Amino acid sequence: MTATVAATWDDLQEGASAEALVVGPLTRTDFVRYQGASGDFNPIHHDEEYAKSAGFPTVFSVGMLQAGILATYATDWLGAENVRTYGFQFREQVWPGDTLTCRGTVTNRYEEDGERRVDLELACTRQDGGTAIKGWATFVVS
Amino acid sequence: MVDKSAIGMTDDGFDMVVERGKIREFARATKSGNPAYLDEPVPVSPPTFLVTNAFWSTGGGPFGRIGLDMRRVLDGGREFVFHGPPPAAGTKLTAQTRVDDIYEKEGKRGGTMTFVVTVQEFRDETGELVAEMRSTVIETGQAPKSGANEKEEG
Repeated sequence: MTATVAATWDDLQEGASAEALVVGPLTRTDFVRYQGASGDFNPIHHDEEYAKSAGFPTVFSVGMLQAGILATYATDWLGAENVRTYGFQFREQVWPGDTLTCRGTVTNRYEEDGERRVDLELACTRQDGGTAIKGWATFVVS
Repeated sequence: MVDKSAIGMTDDGFDMVVERGKIREFARATKSGNPAYLDEPVPVSPPTFLVTNAFWSTGGGPFGRIGLDMRRVLDGGREFVFHGPPPAAGTKLTAQTRVDDIYEKEGKRGGTMTFVVTVQEFRDETGELVAEMRSTVIETGQAPKSGANEKEEG
């Protein structure tokens, strides 16, 4: 998970990807830690009784946590300072014990406003292959 | 019933400061070991960091005025846009949210779905727009089945 040498323009052809980031198994502590960091204290993510009373089998992860982990994958690959757009949709819920895999692919490379840019398609999947987060991003390439 | 006249409305806005310790805490919580966040003396913030505005917000966002039925609301996703590198530690930002759009679509399983798009703008001390957070929430035609989805807060 440590950033290595930044990818170069020549590396970033359409279809290029970086080694997947695998995170997990996620614990309730991971959820609580993210809630504390982000300021989202919805009890559905840490209060077992509350989650059950709302009809869920147990607490589940904060959608923004897996969105943040997918962002970690992208910025490790292309550089924290280089992100210009990061968007995502929430799909499947993520539960305690889940292991997440983050992957991404270059879908477009171009020059705009004198900068080299790449567009990415991103996905964070659960261990059974279901998609938790579908994402997209634009990075400048130095 | 959703009130479309809310389009264009803004909240009062509030100030926030991007802090190095908060960047470090947030990066670690999102499983980053990136030295750009952890080791740089003036690190940039991670792509979704601006959700920490929850610690600075004074409440009173525009949702109350739109009239959404929160029991039928799903989170339709977010998009963060940066007009340069993401804001770095020490940056003082002013955040203001506006209702960007409200529109309807027919759901695949019947019932009308209402989409509400809000954009929170983040400006630096010179007034320059440095980042935007676009959020989409969806009011479904009927309450989601238990266990199907849950509106994320923050």
